[in-house]
Amino acid sequence: MAIGLNQYLIVAAMLFTLGVAGIILNRKNIIIILMSVELILLAVNINLVAFSTFLGDLTGQIFSLLILTVAAAEAAIGLAVLVTYFRNRGSIAVEDINVMKG
Amino acid sequence: MNAAAAFFYLFSTVMIGSAFMVIAARNPVHSVLFLILAFVNASGLFMLLGAEFLAMILVIVYVGAVAVLFLFVVMMLDVDFAELKQGFLQYLPVGALIGAAVLIELVLVVGAWTMAPAAIGGAGSPTPPDVSNTLAIGRVLYTKYVYFFQAAGLVLLTAMIGAIVLTLRHKPDVKRQVIADQNARDKSDVQLKKVPSRAGV
Repeated sequence: MAIGLNQYLIVAAMLFTLGVAGIILNRKNIIIILMSVELILLAVNINLVAFSTFLGDLTGQIFSLLILTVAAAEAAIGLAVLVTYFRNRGSIAVEDINVMKG
Repeated sequence: MNAAAAFFYLFSTVMIGSAFMVIAARNPVHSVLFLILAFVNASGLFMLLGAEFLAMILVIVYVGAVAVLFLFVVMMLDVDFAELKQGFLQYLPVGALIGAAVLIELVLVVGAWTMAPAAIGGAGSPTPPDVSNTLAIGRVLYTKYVYFFQAAGLVLLTAMIGAIVLTLRHKPDVKRQVIADQNARDKSDVQLKKVPSRAGV
């Protein structure tokens, strides 16, 4: 059985689903939430590269490169916010973050 | 089954399994290590697709930088992770429900879609047949998409400045070099003393 575009799309869909489920399941642990976001972005990258290959168009790979950049920036900023929050509060419990709520 | 198909199933099975372990592992350090495994296998999938440059970038950027950053933060923060894991079973039904719904929708989309006729052959930047992947990407990245490339650099610069500003901490009791004070110092403020030899001040 030859591996076509659909197989890659299904794998990416499963990865995306695991990322979404991870965000919901680990509501209290913001580190796992950030990792789930990385998984979701990886699934999107797999989709883009698969389409790029099977359509013979390099634009998908360029787009994937830009997504990689944004994902790295997002991880850096997210972890910096997390470290600052931990210094102020002494915990990383997500439900405490809404203290600014009126 | 040929070798490419076998490797596809190997890479995707390990990748999905380790992605599951990322969200299910009890210890966040294990989560990060499984995240690294998922990225390495995704890089293998990119290899199979012929995107060698992106495969290498994935290993370097994600495994080498992002995952190690996660590992640093997880090990640096002294957090009681058992307490954070408590809501897992409480959220399991709704999480599984939403996950199943998303997966069914996506698989239905994948099963039913067809390629638009205009999309085939209408490539914006078609893959050149006889050059390597890196060379082909470089030819379009630095010409046609150079503004996007610069914008990506600006995003990274913003992220770098933001991360530094967020985490830099000035302790009150630490003496620091103040260059403005040094430059503003006048000659009349400086006391010159003649120290005799072998006598000390």
